[in-house]
Amino acid sequence: MGKSLFLKALSNSLSKVGFIIIVGVFLLAMFAPLIAPYDPDNINVKAILLGPSWQHWMGTDGLGRDVLSRMLYGGRISLLVGLVAVGISTAIGILLGALAGYYRGWIDTFIMRLVDVMLSIPSFFLILAVIAFLTPSIVNVMIVIGLTSWMGVTRLVRAEFLSLTGREFVMASRTLGAKDARLIFTHLLPNSLTPIIVSSVLGVAGAVLMESGLSFLGLGVQAPQASWGNILTDGKDYIQFAWWLSLFPGLAILITVLGYNLLGEGLRDALDPRSNSSK
Amino acid sequence: MLIGISLISFFIMHLAPGDITNNEAAFNPKASEESRQKLRELYNLDKPVIVQYGLWMKRMATLDFGNSFAGHRKPVFWQTIDKDGNVTKGMIQEALPITLIINILGLIITLALAVPLGIIAARKYGLWQDKSITLFNFIGFSIPGFWLSLLLMYWLGVMNDWFPISGLHSINYESLGTWGKIKDSFSHLFLPVVIPSVTGLAGITLFVKNGMLDVFHQDYITTARAKGLSEHKVVYTHALRNALLPLITIVGLSIPGLIGGSVIAETIFAIPGMGKLFYDAVMMRDFPVIMGILTIGSALTLLGNLIADIAYAWADPRVRRGVMRG
Repeated sequence: MGKSLFLKALSNSLSKVGFIIIVGVFLLAMFAPLIAPYDPDNINVKAILLGPSWQHWMGTDGLGRDVLSRMLYGGRISLLVGLVAVGISTAIGILLGALAGYYRGWIDTFIMRLVDVMLSIPSFFLILAVIAFLTPSIVNVMIVIGLTSWMGVTRLVRAEFLSLTGREFVMASRTLGAKDARLIFTHLLPNSLTPIIVSSVLGVAGAVLMESGLSFLGLGVQAPQASWGNILTDGKDYIQFAWWLSLFPGLAILITVLGYNLLGEGLRDALDPRSNSSK
Repeated sequence: MLIGISLISFFIMHLAPGDITNNEAAFNPKASEESRQKLRELYNLDKPVIVQYGLWMKRMATLDFGNSFAGHRKPVFWQTIDKDGNVTKGMIQEALPITLIINILGLIITLALAVPLGIIAARKYGLWQDKSITLFNFIGFSIPGFWLSLLLMYWLGVMNDWFPISGLHSINYESLGTWGKIKDSFSHLFLPVVIPSVTGLAGITLFVKNGMLDVFHQDYITTARAKGLSEHKVVYTHALRNALLPLITIVGLSIPGLIGGSVIAETIFAIPGMGKLFYDAVMMRDFPVIMGILTIGSALTLLGNLIADIAYAWADPRVRRGVMRG
């Protein structure tokens, strides 16, 4: 099922574009040490705030560091944070959603109340508050974004489980004496995978944006380590003299997030039988 | 609900490593262990967490969020009057209206643009108009709001000097006439209001478009067309009203995002609203302010949802009848 699903998804032009963008960005980030023309942390006082040129394609920053190199290395951080944060939130979401949707009763009520409470606290406030008390670092940013964005997946998984448990094949399996774990892992979960994948892909887009926002505020990835968000923070201070410092990291964020959004929406279109038939 | 929120915001504060007194004492080398102990007693930090939560809840019930830890010791939520009749304004009291005005204005602009765009996209479904609006939506979803703010700030504020780039008023605000004051406030608010509404546009436009498309497939639209009503009438009186109903809920649900988003926007434009207040409080580890804003922000969200529910019941006769019957 996996391969045909993948091919079907890629036949959609939206997801094709998104997929190409993401693969491109990933390759650039992965091979950053080979591509980057300079050491991203190398301070060069003779080359401060130079505009884009053949030596420095994206110019240099206030400390004379090569922006292109910092962008490539920063991309690794931004992509990593996005993936790990969504991994965490998806894992929590699946666990809680499965518990709520399978066992129902008071567990369901409790988990759904928790979701309601979490949803009504403005999430950015919550993230800022938590992160302010931990020392800002990449690991903490990933954990905090993950811990504050599992509610959507939880609702999704719960809804899928609720609708699936009534279906014949699940009932049949139960009548045959299948245990809870078997029902959950071999019947319910695989069948609710599609919406989970779509929501995680879109979730990565949100997490990348969130990370850049946090780093921009100085509460995310800390200097001298580069991330697209904190290159932008530097850019803010030099905006009157050095437009390239603000333009490129923002463009990188925009393109990456766009890639994930296109892929996610494309997958949703391709995998959702309803939206196919309406075309 | 509120209790859950208060529990979460309270326990986040207590996850914090270290001791609040560290901050106060750190600036004062003379602070002895003894005086720190006194500080802890003052803030009840020597009591067990549960007792602290109880005390905090007790004060919350009277809307007393305590005073800021910062030097000025302003009350967090609402003004207090001391025995000499001096009024000290609350921090949230001063910041909240600013954020509310910006967000409400932004929301109005968003809706005013998103509804027509959504209708166009739905009517021209699959044509170039729809495709360009879809492309615009994807970019709107993906663009980091703070980056757009920076670019526009640079372009309109620094390069062209059309709009001031920070604060709410000019330095000479007090000396301006009424008209001058209005103009001054408008030009200061322009960028902070327009930018979030542009980024918020994408979601609402998409929503209106999908809502319209759904409605177009309904039988009563076919009936209306079959009756020979003009396309204009079909779209605006039959379809639009039904497509806009769910929008009420979406607007209600978007409130936490708006409040949260104000942190970055207000920090960039140096606007003394809730977001900036929160950011400063986080930076200074100002616990009472952080807890106050978390609680008030969440209460606002609940209020927003409640208003959305009421508005929905008011707008939709089916729900209204259900409510009446109880």
